[in-house]
Amino acid sequence: MSAPGDDLWQRLARLTPARIGLGRAGAGLPTREVLKFGLAHAQARDAVHTPMDAGAVAGAVGALGFPTLAVTSGAPDRATYLRRPDCGRRLSPESLKALSEAAQEPVDLALVVADGLSARAVHEGAAAMLAAFRPHAERAGWHLAPVVIATQARVALGDAVGAALKARAVVMLIGERPGLSSPDSLGLYLTFAPKPGRTDAERNCISNVRPAGLGFDLAAFKLNWLLTQAFARGLSGVNLKDESDRLIEAGTPDIAIGRS
Amino acid sequence: MPYRHTVGPRTHVFADLATLMAKATPVRSGDCLAGIAAESAEENMAARWCLAEVPLKAILARPLIPYEEDDVTRLILDDHDETAFAEIAGLTVGDFREFLLTASSETLARIAPGVTPEIAAAVCKIMRNQDLILVARKCRVVTRFRNTIGLPGTLAVRLQPNHPTDDPAGVTASILDGLSYGCGDAVIGINPVSDSIQTMSTLLSLFDGIIGRLEIPTQACVLTHVTTTLDAMNRGLPVDLVFQSIAGTQRANASFGVTLPILREAHEAALALKRGTLGDNVMYFETGQGSALSADAHHGIDQQTLEARAYAVARRYRPLLVNTVVGFIGPEYLYDGKEIIRAGLEDHFCGKLMGVPLGVDVCYTNHAEADQDDMDTLLTLLGAAGCTYVMGIPGADDVMLNYQSTSFHDQLYIREVLGLKRAPEFEEWLARIGLTDADGALLPGGAASRLLTAAPDLAA
Repeated sequence: MSAPGDDLWQRLARLTPARIGLGRAGAGLPTREVLKFGLAHAQARDAVHTPMDAGAVAGAVGALGFPTLAVTSGAPDRATYLRRPDCGRRLSPESLKALSEAAQEPVDLALVVADGLSARAVHEGAAAMLAAFRPHAERAGWHLAPVVIATQARVALGDAVGAALKARAVVMLIGERPGLSSPDSLGLYLTFAPKPGRTDAERNCISNVRPAGLGFDLAAFKLNWLLTQAFARGLSGVNLKDESDRLIEAGTPDIAIGRS
Repeated sequence: MPYRHTVGPRTHVFADLATLMAKATPVRSGDCLAGIAAESAEENMAARWCLAEVPLKAILARPLIPYEEDDVTRLILDDHDETAFAEIAGLTVGDFREFLLTASSETLARIAPGVTPEIAAAVCKIMRNQDLILVARKCRVVTRFRNTIGLPGTLAVRLQPNHPTDDPAGVTASILDGLSYGCGDAVIGINPVSDSIQTMSTLLSLFDGIIGRLEIPTQACVLTHVTTTLDAMNRGLPVDLVFQSIAGTQRANASFGVTLPILREAHEAALALKRGTLGDNVMYFETGQGSALSADAHHGIDQQTLEARAYAVARRYRPLLVNTVVGFIGPEYLYDGKEIIRAGLEDHFCGKLMGVPLGVDVCYTNHAEADQDDMDTLLTLLGAAGCTYVMGIPGADDVMLNYQSTSFHDQLYIREVLGLKRAPEFEEWLARIGLTDADGALLPGGAASRLLTAAPDLAA
């Protein structure tokens, strides 16, 4: 049976992040492994239930030079949010009014930072993600709306925001459903011509964005590639395949533009 | 035709059978989200009382989705065995519960082809958890490919070696770990990240090699879309089982990109390969409460009834394995441990009553109000209920799908507590290669080394 001291199992365990070679106490796990699992679950639960500090997020985003706007979804609290995905997909009436009033001329791109299922992912990664993306946006010359900070939000809320801000495209940076080994994962969702009622098939997703997963610079590169393609072809979703890897494999791009 | 039930001064009215069944369902978040759940505890019980008095014949006569509109309804009615139904045709739903509690295993096997999903779902709604366990335990559903699954006193395990990049060496490491705990008799089945034919080819060859070289009496499956598996079979790749997620309405199946003719084509193609040595059950289906609602294809029917309708789809293709991924879909459908536990027992009962080899992915996500203690409870109840198989995932943590299920250790636990054996051919293999003693208990030390001796390059 596998035991942690066993060389063979240490070698096998390096081949996968899965929890193999744990050893056993009779039919059960060793105490160490029971407690490790419990801690990972606790962290994932905290990631789901910790409220997003919208003020702090706005401060960090503002420090990058982006103006910000705060909105809330139709879900007044976490319990409603978890049971009623429909509420999390629409703006609260006050927020819809505020966004409509704030909207001026049409813009190229609206960026939304949303808690989703992990405020921790937003607290730890949203500003870094925007910092990595900003040079791409500047180089492309895209006209941006203020960055919207959205609380109790599902992915599709971005489409309502994009429509209200008269944006040609919207990108949602949202906390993903946390796994035991990834409580801090951001997802990036892109919709061209956003409006309420768009389906998942009309969006592109870049997932597992976190320091131990897909890094911020590479995620920004992929996002820039998808946005450029979406603007050129006038669509997003299943008909827009992410082929940015071909450029990376060919060694053509400077992924971390604007960063040293 | 409206249904009525009077409680003291109040008469509860239910517009039709679908409404009555939805209101009679033990309350859960998915039916609330759909706006069809009972609005008070009394209405919930009034509906159950009313449903108990409905004749089974009336359920058969009133399809919840019209025959003309939905091919799952057509399948249910076209496949219905009237001879088998005759034995229960005179009963109400309430009578049927009592019939089931007293019936023998032989009787339950005889009536199974006469039980429609709506009949199974209706009686399920008025049964307590202990009823669901007691009756399911008496149902016998035995299937075969390279071993025998579903014999009384056995519990099989799907070895689920998922990996975030489908890396063959990483997948192999998880398989060796699982085998060393005596897991894998139901199937070695992976959820790949990529749906590409290249990934499919790599993984199928990997599994075929491991099973062949170690001479394991089991089967493999790469859980991709049925059309990808059809492509793989056309290219001559070593496909043991055809996998597909299915649901209980035509529209929900369409949202999965699947139709009954495609399932038939894949079933026939897999049969033609003749890769099973003991039997020809070649299909593997997954289901789960809430899938029709999430596809906006629920027709105002409660999620537990729709789930049972998916088992009618499965039944037509004589599957080796079917499992409900009970807590995977999220808290908007099953909110907490209590709802997940109830749904797991319901799904297992309905499947078995209909003659389907039902296993359960005892699982939850991190945004549900549930934890591993709830999974221990459900696993123990399902072990008592004679569940066909459960999942075996390293440390219960699926690092690809980001959810928690049951582990290699958990199956050891339930075997020790309830004395459950593996599929007999697999059990014999484990003893032959020296992993277990004559009683099937793991021998201490060196198990993996023995596996690697048999196939030295596997973990090279």
